[in-house]
Amino acid sequence: MNELIGALPILLHAFVTTLELTFLAALTSLVVGIIAAAMRVSPVPPLRWAVSVYVRFVRNTPLTIVFFITVFGLPQVGINFSFFAFALLALTLYTGTFVAETLRAGIQAIPIGQIEAARATGLTFIQVLRYVVLPQALRSVVPPLASVFIALFKNTSIASAFGVAEAIGTMTNMVNVHSTIVLWVMGATAIIYIAFALLFGRAFAWLERKALIVR
Amino acid sequence: MTGADSHLFDAPGPRAVRRTIIGSGVAAVFAVALIVYVLMELSAKGQLSAAKWSPFLKYDLIKFLLHGLAYTAGAAVVSLGLALVLGIALGVGRLTRTAIIRMPCVAIVELGRGLPVLLSMLFLFLAFPLAFHIDLPAFWTVVLALVLYNGAVIAEIVRAGVLTLPKGQREAAFAIGLTGTQTMRLVLLPQALRIMLPSLISQLVVLIKDSALGFIVGYQELTAQAQSAALLFNNPLQTYVVVGVVYILVNSVLSEASTYLGERQKRTLSQKVVTAGDAVTIESR
Repeated sequence: MNELIGALPILLHAFVTTLELTFLAALTSLVVGIIAAAMRVSPVPPLRWAVSVYVRFVRNTPLTIVFFITVFGLPQVGINFSFFAFALLALTLYTGTFVAETLRAGIQAIPIGQIEAARATGLTFIQVLRYVVLPQALRSVVPPLASVFIALFKNTSIASAFGVAEAIGTMTNMVNVHSTIVLWVMGATAIIYIAFALLFGRAFAWLERKALIVR
Repeated sequence: MTGADSHLFDAPGPRAVRRTIIGSGVAAVFAVALIVYVLMELSAKGQLSAAKWSPFLKYDLIKFLLHGLAYTAGAAVVSLGLALVLGIALGVGRLTRTAIIRMPCVAIVELGRGLPVLLSMLFLFLAFPLAFHIDLPAFWTVVLALVLYNGAVIAEIVRAGVLTLPKGQREAAFAIGLTGTQTMRLVLLPQALRIMLPSLISQLVVLIKDSALGFIVGYQELTAQAQSAALLFNNPLQTYVVVGVVYILVNSVLSEASTYLGERQKRTLSQKVVTAGDAVTIESR
């Protein structure tokens, strides 16, 4: 028990890394996803093709393989980042595809009248997206985006296999050192994960109510 | 909503077409330049040499990787079957009015959805032997962790499937004197499961991808085999690219199948609405 009390602060500290990775990757993949979704519905065919290739390839690859290719591939072309940055990049590439597909579904669900009205007032394609389509699409996809980001939160655990000392990596190290408190440490880690997952679920439910468009 | 059927823009006129072609040409030049640069860098580091790529033509390595693919498929399919059973039980359990059944189901679903699959896997791998003095075979370590997560996800799909059925279905079943359990088993579940089929196939893609975590607990699936091969031939980048392509091929086929089934179902369902008054047509379908 004393060992567990000693271990807990280290574990909580490791969750800070997990949360950092989650929030940064959520932000970057949101940016990537918005740009990709905009390209996917653009009038320029090559942009649409580029995004559908990106989405098809990365979405159908296990995140582990995306990590492996990032970690082993980029140094070969002269790009050397820290493990944390590589993890951020791999998570962004992977999660970006899910954000893009979710947003595209949201764009498709927008009433045609909205788009027609926007274009009738003389807005250009980019203005239509920026002022009319995307604000509505983003609001309508809050629930599926919540699932994407909660999955991202859990996916950060895979970074532990690539040298990032986030929650799972730290837990595994601790378990290897203090074999007497394996169950306690793993149980504590599990509880913290579930607590955060539930908390994020609540936060997104609140956001959904705030963002809801009553038609 | 891509291409000419989009409401977001008109069919491009001659000027827009010209601009698109010029812009694409410029972008293509940059893209080709980038690819050439990457290839030159890779070549300078010896990453394109025959020694790094030729192992993939050897029968032994192909067999070794196919063994991994078979293990991946095995874990994914068994997990899907078990997750379906667990998912239906939990999904129906969440819909019952008896709190004593509903509460544990809610708890298990939240547990399964909140835990990273990797953590469940490590738990079964490290803590299970300590707690019960049994070493779980690697296959079951992977499968049980996948079943917990995917069972919870499928439970939510089942619940959503049952809840989206028209209210009349349940009312009609009660009206002809079926009990609550009979209504669920004979009327609601069969229809919900049919609506679910596309989601189940896309869940198989998720399972195949997540089974790649098996390499951490020593299950010889595709990624684990790739890791061993990469160590042996000292060609990690090449191996993971090849294995990535295999995953993409398999999962693309499954994703397409899921989309196709989904579209087909949408068509038949909308037909159903049109002919909703005509009971005979619905029956014969």
